[in-house]
Amino acid sequence: MEVPILKQGAVLIATFQAALSDADLNQLRMGLVQQVVKFRSRAVIVDVTAMDVMDSFASRTLREIAHMIRLRGAETVIVGIQPDVAFAMVQLGLTLEGVATALDLEEGLAYLTQKFKNMD
Amino acid sequence: MSKREVTSKDSGTRSNPGVEIVRSEAPSELLRELVAHLRQNRTQLREEWVVRITETRLLTAMTKEEIFAEATSVYDSYVEALETEAFEALQAYARNLSERIIPRGVETHEVVGIVLLLRDVLARSLFAKYQTDFKKLNRILDAYEPAANRIANTVAVGFVQERERVIRQQQEAIRELSTPVLQVRERLLILPIIGVIDPQRARQLTEQLLRGIRTNRAKVVVIDITGVAAMDLTVANNLVQTVEASRLLGATVIVTGLSPEIAQTLVTIGVDLGKMNTVGDLQGGIEQAERLLGYKVEKLAEPR
Repeated sequence: MEVPILKQGAVLIATFQAALSDADLNQLRMGLVQQVVKFRSRAVIVDVTAMDVMDSFASRTLREIAHMIRLRGAETVIVGIQPDVAFAMVQLGLTLEGVATALDLEEGLAYLTQKFKNMD
Repeated sequence: MSKREVTSKDSGTRSNPGVEIVRSEAPSELLRELVAHLRQNRTQLREEWVVRITETRLLTAMTKEEIFAEATSVYDSYVEALETEAFEALQAYARNLSERIIPRGVETHEVVGIVLLLRDVLARSLFAKYQTDFKKLNRILDAYEPAANRIANTVAVGFVQERERVIRQQQEAIRELSTPVLQVRERLLILPIIGVIDPQRARQLTEQLLRGIRTNRAKVVVIDITGVAAMDLTVANNLVQTVEASRLLGATVIVTGLSPEIAQTLVTIGVDLGKMNTVGDLQGGIEQAERLLGYKVEKLAEPR
């Protein structure tokens, strides 16, 4: 299942669907970095609102995506983690350390706007 | 099962010692007989029981009139249970009775005590009645004792179940009372924690907070633990997890009110305090939260 990637100015928005296989996640990782290069994006928002379960593979993939995108000079924000998912994640020790997070898409965009303002 | 054996060597007379009439009644018949006796002597036996209750200093939380009133209904239910063997009805009665007297401060040992006293009073009265016929007395007791023991058991269990129900109810109430998530400004939540945190409560707190963050779109949360006396490793880790989980929802957590004891505990246990944003007291925590949110509080006039 392909993850739709939308462009909003200098920001790319990838919206996770509910059940993503490991193959889907790998595909997304490559796809996102390629798009960042192609559009010279400054940031990527990954919206995981529809995910009701986050396992260690998905969590690691998200961290890797953020890392790779940072190497291209861009920021990643993960948004939409559900309360139950967050609770389960911290219990498993999956903290997404070093990756910015926000409540939802709106908050994610507000965070980025603020950050770009400070940078420019 | 009815056993009727009639043996007689002689259709004889009272003066002839050779005559022996042995008649075995069915257990239910014996039960009916003793129930009838207990009903007939109700007033006297009940009075005797109340005297024994007062002598052994049970039910001191109740007045004499109250004891008498309850004794009457307990006596009648007791005898009825003997008669009908309807123990579910008795258990329901026992729970009902418990609901009434537990708030009065009546203890388990008192309830068990008075039921056993009643059993004794009634047994003595059976001894007195059948003392001339030892064999019959034994048969009567054979019918009485299992039923009486079952009654004592049923009442005690009913009482204890009611107490446990009350305790569970109170625990739920305490749990709900002590974990409110309060919004004090736009995007700012406060979670004041008071009392003892066990792992279950810690978990409930975290879930409640995370839901609150999402509902109120909070960006900053102040968790105040001034009211928490002590914390062990499990709870300290729960606190760290709560902070991490809140961050995943885009909220910053400030922990305030760490007592010297808890601060010592956290340092000793080696909790990674780099993950926690702490401020001395609640006031300081709220001020910092406001700064984070871009508020500035200015005094415009003196208080009226």
